Amino acid sequence: MASMEKDSVSGQYTTGHEWDGIRELNTPLPKWWVYVFWACVIWSAAYMIAMPAWPGITDYTRGVLNYSSRNELQSDIKAQKQARSKFEAKIAAISVDDVVKDKDLRNFAMTGGKVLFNDNCAPCHGTGGVGAPGAYPNLADDEWIWGGELADLKQTISFGVRNTNENSRQSEMPKFGADGLLTAEQINQVADYVVALSSKGSTAGLPGEAIFAEQCVVCHQDGGVGSKDVGSPALNNNIWLFKGSKEQVKQLVINQVTNPQHGSMPAWSERLDETSIKMLTVYVHSLGGGK
Amino acid sequence: MSVFKQHQKLETNVFLLAVGILLTVITGGLVEIVPLFTIESTIEKVDGVRPYSPLEQAGRNIYVREGCYLCHSQMVRPFKDEVERYGHYSLAAESKYDHPFQWGSKRTGPDLARVGGKYTNDWHVRHLINPRDVVPESVMPGYPHLKHKLVFNDVEAHLKTLRGVGVPYTDEQIKSAKADLAAQAGVDATASSDFARRYPKAPMGDFDNNPEVTEMDALVAYLQVLGTFVDFTTVKPEKVAR
Repeated sequence: MASMEKDSVSGQYTTGHEWDGIRELNTPLPKWWVYVFWACVIWSAAYMIAMPAWPGITDYTRGVLNYSSRNELQSDIKAQKQARSKFEAKIAAISVDDVVKDKDLRNFAMTGGKVLFNDNCAPCHGTGGVGAPGAYPNLADDEWIWGGELADLKQTISFGVRNTNENSRQSEMPKFGADGLLTAEQINQVADYVVALSSKGSTAGLPGEAIFAEQCVVCHQDGGVGSKDVGSPALNNNIWLFKGSKEQVKQLVINQVTNPQHGSMPAWSERLDETSIKMLTVYVHSLGGGK
Repeated sequence: MSVFKQHQKLETNVFLLAVGILLTVITGGLVEIVPLFTIESTIEKVDGVRPYSPLEQAGRNIYVREGCYLCHSQMVRPFKDEVERYGHYSLAAESKYDHPFQWGSKRTGPDLARVGGKYTNDWHVRHLINPRDVVPESVMPGYPHLKHKLVFNDVEAHLKTLRGVGVPYTDEQIKSAKADLAAQAGVDATASSDFARRYPKAPMGDFDNNPEVTEMDALVAYLQVLGTFVDFTTVKPEKVAR
């Protein structure tokens, strides 16, 4: 900056730098830019004082505002709980049956239950609970394996089916074929009987009837109405969980009697709180088939 | 003006300039990186986090190989809506044995940091083979090739390498890696009880209903432990607040 002189052509000052006879014009930064620059410098200095910024050896400065994103989250959650407590506290305090009777609480539970359902349940049971044929039960019809009343639903959602939770619903169909309890011929006969039963056809004189009465009635009950207590599906209708069109029903029954498949479901009480489960129960109950 | 004069010396002497740059970078590095290792609160002190079992680690390698991180993050951020949807926010402690970590930065699919135990093994298998079988609106590609047999003759070397970068695998764990893998996949029960001791909370069994050990078994075993190590009912919020 020693020899600032004016360039005779442009009339601008030079920087005084010179390389091989070439001199550089001094074009200063715009004033507004310089002001913004210094404002940023001041801002960052203030930020370092106000917010956590400086690392030390085993700790760091907290800043005078003592900001923490995790603490902020805790207070956000608290505020949200407060805002929802008008409904949630009531839902927590009363039984699901009473939630359904109260119009406001029911509406709240339906809205919350739908969100919970879409995130947690829809991956298996489908949006709106339509189920996945051959894999996961439809929740929108009025056929229930473990019962469709509010209390049944709440129990199933809370503790699931065939998982490691101690309150989980457990039941297992014997491997009638694989373990040699029935011969292939007997299984064929009983399958004929079940097909007739499910299509409401005549079962008179079918040889499978005696086998059914002896082996299957214990769980599937007289007439194949099923039992919610042991999770044995009804066989007297044409609703089948595992794969198979109407034509394949017989094969389906044979497969299931020979070497049964069993579904399972997680225990949601391990993941969701009691109020959420109550809201889910109300939503699932509303899907169409609630008893 | 004399300061600027001094600066001119730096700018016109390439050796001095190099030394100056080096000093600047070293200072920046020391201040920004070193404290992360020395500050006691960087990694939260919580119980339960353990190194991945050999089968889980094999699944993790498949997770990386298939590029799952391109669409799935493993990082529940401390925001109200994320915590409501996914569960407790992720702790640094939970990925302290992850090399490389899978936090991700893109969520075309949902976050997977707490997917462990959320769905059944059966669901994962169906979903990985063809996601549309279970979630009609899904845009995730199918991974039917995971039905292939898992190649795991090098699993000990993987564990050893990880130990090299700080994962505390014991000699015993490395020595029994293959047996542990077989035990967890349910094909060889001889090491089962030892396995459960070496890797608490690890899900065991035949994950995909195929008696062979497949890549599917490994990936599902990995997915099923994600976010399950820490029991958050025992963690006080103020203990992990930062």
